[in-house]
Amino acid sequence: MEYIFSLEFIYIIASVSYILGMKMLGRPETARRGNLIAAAGMTLAIFGTLFLYQGDVSSQIYILIAIAISIGTIIGWLVAKKVGMTKMPELVSLFNGMGGASAALIGLIEFNHYLGDQLSILTIIAGILIGSISFSGSMIAWAKLNGTLRKPLRLPKYNILNTLFLIALLAFGAYIIMSGSDSQLFLYVLFFAALAYGVLFVLPIGGADMPVVISLLNSFTGLAAAFGGFLYGNMVMLTGGILVGSAGTLLTLAMCKAMNRPLVKVIFGAFGEGNKVETSEGSSKFKGNVREASASDVAILMNYAQKVIIVPGYGLAVAQGQHVVHELEQLLEKKGIEVKYAIHPVAGRMPGHMNVLLAETNVDYDKLAEMEDVNPEFDNTDVVFVLGANDVVNPAAHNDPSSPIYGMPILDVEKAKHIIVNKRSMKPGYAGIENELFYNQKTSMLFGDAKKMIQALITELKAM
Amino acid sequence: MTELINFVSNHLEMIYIVILMVFVGVEVIGHVPAVLHTPLMSGANAIHGVIIIGAILVMLGADPDNILAQALGFTAVLLGTLNVVGGFVVTDRMLEMFKKKK
Repeated sequence: MEYIFSLEFIYIIASVSYILGMKMLGRPETARRGNLIAAAGMTLAIFGTLFLYQGDVSSQIYILIAIAISIGTIIGWLVAKKVGMTKMPELVSLFNGMGGASAALIGLIEFNHYLGDQLSILTIIAGILIGSISFSGSMIAWAKLNGTLRKPLRLPKYNILNTLFLIALLAFGAYIIMSGSDSQLFLYVLFFAALAYGVLFVLPIGGADMPVVISLLNSFTGLAAAFGGFLYGNMVMLTGGILVGSAGTLLTLAMCKAMNRPLVKVIFGAFGEGNKVETSEGSSKFKGNVREASASDVAILMNYAQKVIIVPGYGLAVAQGQHVVHELEQLLEKKGIEVKYAIHPVAGRMPGHMNVLLAETNVDYDKLAEMEDVNPEFDNTDVVFVLGANDVVNPAAHNDPSSPIYGMPILDVEKAKHIIVNKRSMKPGYAGIENELFYNQKTSMLFGDAKKMIQALITELKAM
Repeated sequence: MTELINFVSNHLEMIYIVILMVFVGVEVIGHVPAVLHTPLMSGANAIHGVIIIGAILVMLGADPDNILAQALGFTAVLLGTLNVVGGFVVTDRMLEMFKKKK
């Protein structure tokens, strides 16, 4: 009795730590402590479960658990520490998949132990379905983000096909529950079908929408954990799972709002569809010439500017140019030029991703301006320097109703006096659509690797 | 039907928890600046690693002779640990960047 009581007590503390941690994660000043508090709560819950368990357990089992936790800790720690900042979004997706897989495996094992208990079987089947979809979906999202899978793959009529598949999957799950079947074959067919659905679900979704998908799958895994909580009557799994499920859903919707893309459109959406452009160069649908500028042209322009706004994008992160861009900013400031960074809410591969990367290089927090604040400022800006960003400055969002990004809030860089766009080539951005901005009279293109070009700029500016 | 009624009356506490936690989740996320969306998602990702508790319970209850169940349970614990440890460490790394703010 006493043991059980102290375990429940630990679970209460852990639940409070998750809520508190999540709350603190919402403010920049407390975010880091919030994460540590949640982590401490989790550690407590894990050790509490291990050491206060009631029942005979062979030492062999304890050793196996210890080995699994040790390996997981070492690998998880190393991977999380070693991976570059640019790769973080895909890492979140990867870890999310691990959680989903864990939930599915628990269901597979427990199925046999709860035969005949229909409601427990319901939670188990739900856990398997959600966990498997979350796992395979996250793996596809991971592959898409790290570039292994670049293009959305679509079967003909994929929307109808996927929906039918999902209905069949749910019906099959319901059949297993209602019939009280003990068939292992059925169970594994369900498991693999759910895995397949996860793949089919994420494959057609374009890379630019991946953050939303990851956030959605994240809340799925939360739900899977909550079903586990129901199964075991385990309060900490229930609170943690539901908390993430509900917060994750809201976060998903907030991200959709930032991109002005309704969730339904993300899932059944048509990114790039009906607006296919060739990725090869020189087949533009826009008329007019692209003006090319050299580093020294740009340096002169900046040297005589009063206000420069830098628009960082994923291209900058890929080139590892964060540090040199900070150097450029300091150099310009020293010359008495006002410098700011305009951060689009979905710049990079995830909301807030760009802020993290720039904060890493000690860029002053106050210099990072959010979209709503910076948009009115472009009117009196002399030079806008677009670094590896594309879709978030594409005027098609304002004036081309046929464009898939129509309606997405963008940075109004075209209002500035001069626009410098640094890209490696004329290839379209992540969403796979062309950008009219590059053909604007005020735009000059600075082709080349972001880091090298900025370094060249710095050299030129120093000589002036 | 009776089964459902039984279920509800037997799990009343849990049902209350679910309802309240849904609101807590919504409340906790409201008005978070876009800057923190990524760390927040990453932190939430680590928290659903609480599934590891389930994996541990499976292992603790596993039949010592059932090799398949043990192998699956072992994998579940391993994957759950990856989710928890990796999730919290990545989040911490992201947030480390914010601490230098004046």
